[in-house]
Amino acid sequence: MIRKPLRPLARILKAREQGENPDYIEQENLRLRRQELRDTGRMQAELRLLLLALIFLSGFVLLGARMGLLAATEPLEVRAGLMEDISGARADITDRNGRVLATNLATHALYAETRRMVDPLRAARELGRIFPDMDVDRLAARFTDPDRRFVWVRTQLSPEQKQAVHDIGEPGLMFGPRKMRVYPNGRVAAHVLGGARYGEQGVRAAELLGVAGAELYFEDRLRDPAQANQPLRLSIDLPLQATVTEVLSGSMAVLNARGASAVLMDAYTGEVLSLVSLPDFDPNDRPAPPTSGEPADSPLFNRAVQGYYELGSVMKAFAVAQALDEGAVTPDTIIDTRGPIRWGRFEIDDFRDYGNEMSVTKVMVKSSNIGTARMVQAMGAERQQAFLRRFGLLDSARIELAEAARARPLLPDPWSELSAMTISYGHGMTTSPLALAAGYATLVNGGYAITPTLLRRDAPQEGAQIISARTSAQMRKILHDVVFEGTASFARIPGYPVGGKTGSADKPAPNGGYKEDAVLATFASVFPSHDPKYVLIVTLDEAVDTTGPEPRRTAGWTAVPTAAEITRRVAPLLGLRPVSFAEAEAKFQADLRAQ
Amino acid sequence: MRSILYLLTALAVIGLATWAYRENHLTQQAMNMRTSLEREISRLEAEISVQRVEWAYLNRPDRLRALVDFNFDTLRLVPITADHFGEIGDIAYPAPQAHLQVGEGIEVFGALQTLSGTTDPASEEQP
Repeated sequence: MIRKPLRPLARILKAREQGENPDYIEQENLRLRRQELRDTGRMQAELRLLLLALIFLSGFVLLGARMGLLAATEPLEVRAGLMEDISGARADITDRNGRVLATNLATHALYAETRRMVDPLRAARELGRIFPDMDVDRLAARFTDPDRRFVWVRTQLSPEQKQAVHDIGEPGLMFGPRKMRVYPNGRVAAHVLGGARYGEQGVRAAELLGVAGAELYFEDRLRDPAQANQPLRLSIDLPLQATVTEVLSGSMAVLNARGASAVLMDAYTGEVLSLVSLPDFDPNDRPAPPTSGEPADSPLFNRAVQGYYELGSVMKAFAVAQALDEGAVTPDTIIDTRGPIRWGRFEIDDFRDYGNEMSVTKVMVKSSNIGTARMVQAMGAERQQAFLRRFGLLDSARIELAEAARARPLLPDPWSELSAMTISYGHGMTTSPLALAAGYATLVNGGYAITPTLLRRDAPQEGAQIISARTSAQMRKILHDVVFEGTASFARIPGYPVGGKTGSADKPAPNGGYKEDAVLATFASVFPSHDPKYVLIVTLDEAVDTTGPEPRRTAGWTAVPTAAEITRRVAPLLGLRPVSFAEAEAKFQADLRAQ
Repeated sequence: MRSILYLLTALAVIGLATWAYRENHLTQQAMNMRTSLEREISRLEAEISVQRVEWAYLNRPDRLRALVDFNFDTLRLVPITADHFGEIGDIAYPAPQAHLQVGEGIEVFGALQTLSGTTDPASEEQP
């Protein structure tokens, strides 16, 4: 670095010439030099301070971020079961009010370490005495096999069995802690829960895996270690579920039905409060899947969710709702019901002859196939298809059960004008009781789409509006009239006005056509009908009422009395106050006027 | 001066070593305590879960129904129906409390018991 001279000759000479003191120049330059030095020094110091501050800042940011991260993660308690990679943890399942539906119970598995065994033959003999189902010779062979060091003897032991094994006094017999999945309510809600089995087994723990139903659908949620302490809350209500099961199984026995199902759903939140399918099973001891016979007859088959059937006249409500919603008709429009309608080789006729013309309300009340067929004929197949699609009736019903996605409705291909007419009264297309419940909820709740759910929720679903509030109000009144004047007169319950529609569908024969004397009776109901809060679907498979002179198979004699009894028992449990007929009628008139 | 410094340093080293030794022991003690607490927690949790299962099992709907049927003679429990709802108007207002006025003079009317106070005068007034 070249330093600037303190006494530059040129300036000194010049200063001398002018008679000034040249020392001043030196002083001046010295001052400038010092100033410069000071400035650079200050700059360096500032830079250092800044650097230091940055280091500290990044340090603090790092610490803060780490602390935030630690605070944000779920605390995890280290427990015995978590030591190995296999975790036996599985969250409880409770009903909507916290009653236990599925939980774990500590138990023990029995295994043998053959090298530590003192007298393997005696141990095998003693074990055979405790567990009569065990093959003693095979067990002894495995105990004495020199290639084996480890033998699983039993996956679950009761406390008494454990004590008995302990009393053998064989040091090679060891107990491994296990969690056992327990369903304390037995058969109640069996199809909702499904069942559980053991997965990978370790000495200290064994995986608990879901097999079917909600246990399988919520597998990840239930096995998530962070949420293991929080029970999974379903929308099912245990007392309601037990009541519905009791009434339904009673009806099934009296009416000699092959099977039955019931769905009770909140019309606004879509919560399924009760889902029953009979025959049922005990999830604590889940039977093996059937290898022969019709799968629908197995107790494992969930009729309410997997059972897609032609449901018959209950589907008329959708045809009428479409006609009302499109403005083609009003409830009082007169429909030509002269029959039969001939379509090629096919003929559409009514159960009885109801005369030449009827109002739209009467078509529903009397359940006229010709009436709904004419209404749909006027609207066309494409519009009907689009309308039913919006109700979700053309796809598999969505619900939090593993089986739901595997079952699909059967649809006509191509969707001809004749299919449209038969679908209007529920033939030619299959629907599950659960999907039907969601559809009826939309019909009466003001027209909002509902997705059935098994999880408890507190707010109504904000689904898309599918039909207008006006149509919904008209449908409520029509469904109410069906019960009070028409085919479902057995559903008149004092205090609780019910609205609904019956359906008695002939069951298809396995080799085409329909069976004689085999009817699937359905009653789709809503209650209280003037202000529907709940939807109840009851189906009875091949039910026969034999109290009269000749057997009666129509829904009005089978499904309707069953649903009425369920409603009578369930409505007070739901906290519904009984209302008088006049109150209900006043509400109907007010609703219809408001539109 | 320097020796004092050495002494102080040595003392500081000894002090710090003692402190570190103690901390180590305290940590180990705390860890042991934690393990035993965890063991106790898991034991208690297992016991609680057994109790929960038992409670749920004893309160299962089938058993409650059987108990209700079994004890029908004494309990007379029936399923709740619409008839069990009452109107607020069905409940009677409490009858007004009657006061026995004690005047200047002693009024000798009515039963002797009432006057002597052995029977609640209010209950006599009500139908």
